[in-house]
Amino acid sequence: MQVADTKKYANAIVPKDALFDLRLKEIWRYRDLLLLFVKRDFVAKYKQTILGPVWFFIQPIFQTAILALVFAGMASLSTDGIPPILFYLAGITCWNYFANCLRTTSNTFTANASLFGKVYFPRAVTPLSIIISNLIQFGIGLLLFLLLYLYFVATGAVLLPNTFLLLLPVLIVLMGLMGLGLGMLVSAMTTKYRDLQYLVDFGVQLLMYATPVILPLSAVPDKYRPLMLANPMTGIIETFKYGFFSTGTFSWELLGYSAGFTIVVFLLGLVVFNYTEKNFMDVV
Amino acid sequence: MFNLWKMKPIIKVENLSKQYRLGTIGTGTLSNDLKRWWHQVRGKEDPFLTVGESNDRTSKGSSEYVWALKDINFEVMPGEILGIIGKNGAGKSTLLKILSKVTGPTTGRILYDGRIGSLLEVGTGFHPELTGRENIYLNGAILGMTRQEIRAKLDEIIDFSGCERYIDTPVKRYSSGMTVRLGFAVAAHLEPEILVVDEVLAVGDAEFQKKAIGKMQDVSRNHGRTVLFVSHNMNSLTNLCTKGIVLMKGISPFQSKINDAIQFYLQNDYVNRGDYNLNETPKEKEAYFTKIRVVDENGVAKNDFFYTEKICISYQIHIAKKNAKYKLFCVILDYHLRPIFSCESIGIKEDMLLKIPEKFLVRGDYSIHTFIHVPRVEQVDIVENMCQFRVIDNGSPFQIHGDYNYGSVFSESEWV
Repeated sequence: MQVADTKKYANAIVPKDALFDLRLKEIWRYRDLLLLFVKRDFVAKYKQTILGPVWFFIQPIFQTAILALVFAGMASLSTDGIPPILFYLAGITCWNYFANCLRTTSNTFTANASLFGKVYFPRAVTPLSIIISNLIQFGIGLLLFLLLYLYFVATGAVLLPNTFLLLLPVLIVLMGLMGLGLGMLVSAMTTKYRDLQYLVDFGVQLLMYATPVILPLSAVPDKYRPLMLANPMTGIIETFKYGFFSTGTFSWELLGYSAGFTIVVFLLGLVVFNYTEKNFMDVV
Repeated sequence: MFNLWKMKPIIKVENLSKQYRLGTIGTGTLSNDLKRWWHQVRGKEDPFLTVGESNDRTSKGSSEYVWALKDINFEVMPGEILGIIGKNGAGKSTLLKILSKVTGPTTGRILYDGRIGSLLEVGTGFHPELTGRENIYLNGAILGMTRQEIRAKLDEIIDFSGCERYIDTPVKRYSSGMTVRLGFAVAAHLEPEILVVDEVLAVGDAEFQKKAIGKMQDVSRNHGRTVLFVSHNMNSLTNLCTKGIVLMKGISPFQSKINDAIQFYLQNDYVNRGDYNLNETPKEKEAYFTKIRVVDENGVAKNDFFYTEKICISYQIHIAKKNAKYKLFCVILDYHLRPIFSCESIGIKEDMLLKIPEKFLVRGDYSIHTFIHVPRVEQVDIVENMCQFRVIDNGSPFQIHGDYNYGSVFSESEWV
């Protein structure tokens, strides 16, 4: 009787949905909202500034300059024979993309509580829009990197790109999904108990030192190498640099590990996020 | 009308309940969470669903779990406007939140056809840095419209909001009234099959409120959409709704036609708003009031009256020494304590009843000043600003004018 009744109606609101019902169709229906969120984040960020989008360039340039000055200049750390500026910019661009994705998605629920409390739309739209905004920002960073790359080639530096450069789109997708997955996981877990949020805030900064952003993998002492290898971002950043410079290490195992980690974390994040979104308003 | 019994309800709420936990979240709640999880792992029922008390916010309860809603059942037919009536804390907002999928029910379910659009707030998600036009797109999309739908209605929305001149200015430069207008304009052009509306009409000026009510009526009457509407304002409820359900402490004791539902609500919401009772020792006076109450024609104590009802004031007077010159005087005051009119008796008795005719006072809150006196000689006993009562407009010719201030009493003037 009850089952037959349900069939007569197109929709139902029930206490709990099935765990793996990801409602992707619904997200697709809200794609316009997704794009408008991206546009809002972008436009709102640099309204009433004089330099506007130029700020997208200024941030990585300064970051790179400082790293080059401190680590390559003063501490004379190895950069695998690559011009330090280029070496650090490559790492920074990738790392910032991942870190921004993670940081901004990880407080989705707490930051949007007032909006989520008033109107329903698939909550996953918000983190997805953040990933797309960050992707655009990454694109600008990549453009800056390519310009400098060409400048160094033109001024006679020996830079050897190779066919592994074709993996670039895969790397970009992996970084985004990893940040998104981890972020959704954290945001779902921080609605009720916020402890994890603080860990993420400074953990992301610390974690950078466990990637080949500053030290190439080849220059890491054997004792500490497993630590860096355990970081799933290592494989991605190493592959990125290998593709552009043909120095450093590339292994399918390492990249495979990163990819596997990403897929698991992403699916887990999506499931937990969907499970949380229904009742999070009561505890946030 | 069609055969109503043959029609299928567009929305059906079955045994809907919602439990909330009181207090703050901290280490203390962790143990309950673990206990709940442990029960879940073993496939047992949630131990905290069996506890919980009804949601009475004034009394101190023993459980930290309360039922904001408990076993709510109702159905709404397509094209109906359902009014949801209740005091603060009766569970109205919780019900709306569940209907608009902002939060989930604890048990029970809601079945419905089509889309539910919700308007718990106007201008949700407005970004202050974006222009009015950009915000129309953003807000529309948040409410579930596609970009094409919004573009098709853009001119209409701008026109309805009356903010045309400012449309390319950032919303942060708007006055608060303009922001609300713009927000409502977008929401009013939402076209879901079911519209859930909270008291958003309580904003904006009178002109805009009239426009908003008109729009809601239009949406339901001419486009056959179903509206679920929550309000404290009995005027807009009678104006708009066809059917009403009453919520009290999380349960729904009454559902019927809107006027019956309002009547039920008002009778049960009865609180003593200052009826006069003399409970000290008798006064050293020749005559004084012992009890003054506002009652209906049958003598039942009541504070809320429909425009079509007689309002009666019942007096009990202690008369120690008879004096033929004594008269009872009663001044009816409006909300601002301005005298509206007065009545004077010829003599006094122990029990007296003053009947104020129906269809005379306009909607609003009233109270009385009353005294026993010998005109221009002495005031024997006086009671000031007591016995509040309210008049609700349930269909006067002026009802359509909403909150416009058209005076204090209705007259029977004639046009020649």
